[in-house]
Amino acid sequence: MGEHLLEVKKLKTHFQTERGKVTAVDGISLHVDRGEVLAIVGESGCGKSVTAQSILRLFEENGVTTYDGEINFEGKNLLEQPLSEMRKIRGNDISMIFQDPLSSLNPVFTIGDQIMEPIMLHQKLSKKEAYKRAIEMLKLIGIPAPEQRVHEYPHQISGGMRQRVMIAIALACQPKLLIADEPTTALDVTIQSQILELIDSLRQKLDMGIMLITHDLGVVAQHCTRVAVMYLGEVVEEGDVDSLFENPLHPYTQGLINSIPQLTGDRNQKLSIIKGMVPSLNDIPKGCRFAPRCPYASAKCIEEKPALETLENNKRIMCWHYKEIEGAVSNAT
Amino acid sequence: MKSYILKRILSLIPVLLIVSIVVFMIIHLTPGDPASVMLGPEASQEDVEQLKNHLGLNDPVYQQYFHWVEGVFQGDLGDSFFMDKPVTAAIIEHLGPTISLAILSQITAILIALPLGIFAARKRGTVTDQTFMGISLLGISIPHFLFGLFLIIILAINLRWLPVAGYRPLSAGLWEHIKYLIMPAIALGTGQAALIARMTRSSMVETLNLNFIKTARAKGLHERKVIYKHTLRNAFIPILTVIGQTFGTLVAGAAVTETVFNIPGIGQLIINSVERRDYMVIQGTVLMVTVTYVLINLIVDLLYGVIDPRVRLKKES
Repeated sequence: MGEHLLEVKKLKTHFQTERGKVTAVDGISLHVDRGEVLAIVGESGCGKSVTAQSILRLFEENGVTTYDGEINFEGKNLLEQPLSEMRKIRGNDISMIFQDPLSSLNPVFTIGDQIMEPIMLHQKLSKKEAYKRAIEMLKLIGIPAPEQRVHEYPHQISGGMRQRVMIAIALACQPKLLIADEPTTALDVTIQSQILELIDSLRQKLDMGIMLITHDLGVVAQHCTRVAVMYLGEVVEEGDVDSLFENPLHPYTQGLINSIPQLTGDRNQKLSIIKGMVPSLNDIPKGCRFAPRCPYASAKCIEEKPALETLENNKRIMCWHYKEIEGAVSNAT
Repeated sequence: MKSYILKRILSLIPVLLIVSIVVFMIIHLTPGDPASVMLGPEASQEDVEQLKNHLGLNDPVYQQYFHWVEGVFQGDLGDSFFMDKPVTAAIIEHLGPTISLAILSQITAILIALPLGIFAARKRGTVTDQTFMGISLLGISIPHFLFGLFLIIILAINLRWLPVAGYRPLSAGLWEHIKYLIMPAIALGTGQAALIARMTRSSMVETLNLNFIKTARAKGLHERKVIYKHTLRNAFIPILTVIGQTFGTLVAGAAVTETVFNIPGIGQLIINSVERRDYMVIQGTVLMVTVTYVLINLIVDLLYGVIDPRVRLKKES
């Protein structure tokens, strides 16, 4: 196996807050290859977005964030690069799209200006050439009448269009890696699938690696190659999409999958939920972090923290009891 | 944009109407009979009656109002009883120093406030930020004239760099003109700067937390560009509002500062006329000041549209 496009090793992101230091991402390891889609799933507050933004070191400017570990991108450790080098990578080699397309676009500049900005910055094109590129990008992402749209402002177009514009900005410099942080959460269901299909087709066209952050497992099943499940700043399970959906090992993954409403089968069956809520980062359980909410938790789980084990088929799991649980689940079905 | 401008201008009509009525009523709401107050206690009843007739005070109130408004539209604000010249001429005479001082103070204020506010916003939560904002609180709290007196003691009396007080018109030469205004401009400007800096900081902090700032950084933009291009323009509307308001107060004449520095501006004109019960001058000056204030606000409103496309485009559709 060759070098990965992106390889995150034991990444930790700490925030200095008024109530002391919290570690929002706690020693996660991940990788993304060219052309593949890695999904990161988990409830809100599990550190998915923090992971994504840590890769581009977007927390830097507030002066209260520190990182540990390595983020290797094409052989370079991004955490060791000077900020000037990071700026060359941001928007050029690694791009990002965010959850809410309205607030992610600057309201006082035209769409064209905003697409042209990274093109002029990274590819050193003139304003005229960048303008042409911007129109090409708008065509590529399927916006009708691009010559008029470039002069419009974000508030003049629909939510779906705005997210397309965000994608155009992100892809303007043909990045090698796209980080999509819940790109469809704020959109209608019909628009959601359009946007995801667009991202998918552009991935094939540009041979990009994609890190897709979502809490929608339906999206994961349809569009991703591999999945990493995050809980409270840690990756608790990782594997190929098929094996993970067919045979989820971690009780948290099982909980997530079981809480998807089923359209077929017994209508009277209650929708299962994971009890409790994600604890605060100031109040992290001592043993397995999921233990307080886990239906299979034993005394060992509460006392001792399990390690992330690597199994066959590149599967990884962080649980004391996955073997027994696997048996229990398959017996039950 | 055109219809936006037109709407803003039309909305001024009721404001100006109310202002003109209130200003006009000054003469009738103040206790005592204006004519006898003007002439003093020793004046004979005959003289008072004669003045009343001359001023038209015996006509019905509404007629007096229309008569006055008619004059206003022709640029005639009546005559000053004490200065023996038209009110318009008196205002024009005193307007020059006030406008010069207002512009200079405002430039001082903006030059201090914007960089300071932006810097504090970038360092939000740190000791630097708290120090700057503490100083600005001091700037708001210290009365302008007190600061002006300190300046006089240091710069004029001890160091002898600048004249103690007084005023020279622009026709006496640019440096000569400015030399006399530096200290009052600093005294007024720093106070205004404190207000503007605080607004700049809070508006910048708010804008820096918005998502599109993250987008701008994720594009690989230099932090300078993130701040001055993406953040400042979005943060500017509340800043502009404060700038407009402070400028409005300055044009109304900083009476105390003008007195300290002996500048013959609008503030002094108002004070003197109030002391002398020179009603026509009070009326005319207050009207002029209010109209200027309203016009400055109109300009600020129009600038909103220039800064933010959502303002100008929404009004059209």
